[in-house]
Amino acid sequence: MSVEFGFFLETVISGLMAGVMYALVALGFVLIFKASGIFNFAQGVMCLFAALTFVGVQEKFGLPAWLALPAAVGVMILLAWLIERLVLRHLVNQDPIILFMATIGLAYVLEGLGDLMWGSDVKLLDIGLPQGASDYMLDNFNLYVEKLEVVAAVIASILVAALAVFFQKTRVGRALRAVADDHQAALSVGISLNTIWVIVWSVAGIVALVAGIMWGSKSGVQFSLSLIALKALPVLILGGFTSIPGAIVGGLIIGVGEKVAEVYMGPFVGGAVENWFAYMLALAFLLVRPQGLFGEKIIERV
Amino acid sequence: MFYRETGQFKTNYSDDRAIFPIAQDRYGIMILLAIAFFVIPFTVDDYWGNAIFLPLLIYALIAMGLNVLVGYCGQISLGTAAFMAVGSYASFKLMTSFPGLDFTIVVLMSGLITAVVGSLFGLPSLRIKGFYLAVATLAAQFFIIWLVNKVEWFYNYSATGQINAPERTALMFPVTGPNAPILYKYFFCLIIVVLAALVTKNIVRGRIGRQWMAIRDMDIAAELIGVRPLTTKLSAFAVSSFLIGMGGALYFGVWLGAAEPTEAFGIDQSFLILFMIIVGGLGTILGSFLGAAFLWLFPIAFKNFMVDSLGLSTAMSEHLQIILMGGLIIFFLIVEPHGLARLWQITKEKLRIWPFPH
Repeated sequence: MSVEFGFFLETVISGLMAGVMYALVALGFVLIFKASGIFNFAQGVMCLFAALTFVGVQEKFGLPAWLALPAAVGVMILLAWLIERLVLRHLVNQDPIILFMATIGLAYVLEGLGDLMWGSDVKLLDIGLPQGASDYMLDNFNLYVEKLEVVAAVIASILVAALAVFFQKTRVGRALRAVADDHQAALSVGISLNTIWVIVWSVAGIVALVAGIMWGSKSGVQFSLSLIALKALPVLILGGFTSIPGAIVGGLIIGVGEKVAEVYMGPFVGGAVENWFAYMLALAFLLVRPQGLFGEKIIERV
Repeated sequence: MFYRETGQFKTNYSDDRAIFPIAQDRYGIMILLAIAFFVIPFTVDDYWGNAIFLPLLIYALIAMGLNVLVGYCGQISLGTAAFMAVGSYASFKLMTSFPGLDFTIVVLMSGLITAVVGSLFGLPSLRIKGFYLAVATLAAQFFIIWLVNKVEWFYNYSATGQINAPERTALMFPVTGPNAPILYKYFFCLIIVVLAALVTKNIVRGRIGRQWMAIRDMDIAAELIGVRPLTTKLSAFAVSSFLIGMGGALYFGVWLGAAEPTEAFGIDQSFLILFMIIVGGLGTILGSFLGAAFLWLFPIAFKNFMVDSLGLSTAMSEHLQIILMGGLIIFFLIVEPHGLARLWQITKEKLRIWPFPH
């Protein structure tokens, strides 16, 4: 295997892994958009908030990690309930843009709240996930692969599988799909929208917690964590707002595209193309397929 | 009682089509303008001018620009700050390349350049709709900021990567640079903003504005009755970017005086302006002004109150401020999704019959 090809392969693999991380964040967006038609801008901040809570309860109350996890999950569920009670319930039947703005407001509240409760300094998040390069890959294939990223990929696949089972096989999952299909029809067969919203925001909160922990162990828990939402947006439009496989595939495409562009195109234009390349890629793609890869075909009627 | 139009008869069509058909409105706006032109400039000091009135006017102008696009034409844009940056850098390049050029012309040309760039980034709107478009406009945000950061020509190869406004005059009055008196700056901005508001108001109630609103309300139906989506959407992008570009030129040239791309034109700016029009009222000119005033004045007042009166630390008050800000936005959306402009309308309706119940 030539050196250049090995390097290319490394770039692609690290891109794939980064893509998995993006997909984790995008997944939360998709869940909420599917069930309630709300474009939840606060998802990134929810990741930050969840990770902050997870680290915070360990620091402040001295809980071990295995106890802090359920505590953080509990906080996210409580949060979902509060959001439904205080915000969503009052905004039923408003325009999508109004709901979108409400989630931006929510993002501000959570950001301030997280800082206020747990302090705004950078926190280390260490729950014993393996760090550094994988020796196995290095020895056998002469490739540099981060262990943490492999773990992230595995956890993400488990999460997606669990979500798939949850959506396809359980009673609640079926109700969620019904709501996603048609709010009114779901209401008329006796599904409570309010309960569904609490559930779906809780699930999104838990996904945010997982994403937050993964990103947090990669680069520490700090404010910039909330900005990964901006990274997840192109993933989202590429894959389609309503599709879970879309979020995964979109994440992988964006992750690889971004890394390859940074490495092979970056030097010619002065670097830092990572910031916008994903958006341009998604934009170019949308011009061909306006509803994204797996999005529902838009049928327009007067 | 205070707001009755009883007895105000219109005897010709042009009276009927006036911007303010009701006498009370006309007098009200005249009084406001009189205060803005003759009272404020001669009573405020440097601090009030620089910290309150200048940003207020400039943000109102930019919010108006965004309102054309989002409120009137229904195309959500999250790239406002990038278009402000285009206006700023255009004005900077014009000022440094043509030192003798009048600043009025610089502002207008910056607006035109931004309009061209804006229309370019508006092209995807012909294919993409709704939130897909909103995210696509983020491409403009990140790409343009990256571009002005990377290409040294944009900031004249200066070592810091910053741009600084040189001293320029508008009709012989110095308005930019560190030594320009606040009085001139204020008048310059005020005149531009008032003229822009007048022109925009007339555009949105005319043929083009009605086309925008038709596209906003239902684009397919609009297309079927003969509104061209291409020209309509692109004209909305062009007019909106023109206003935002002028605002950007004023923002950098007159108000800030120096700008650094990632700070002055970050995505937070885009959101701030979007909040302004949502809180002020989508699809109203008045709303742009009210929203800008509210979102600019409230944090200042709140900070002063928290730090000076309650003696909290700045960091603490910042956290509280951001929470309160988010809470207020949610509160506003729940209580009055149509914004402050709608509240004013309700007040007017109430005043019309007050104090009688019917």
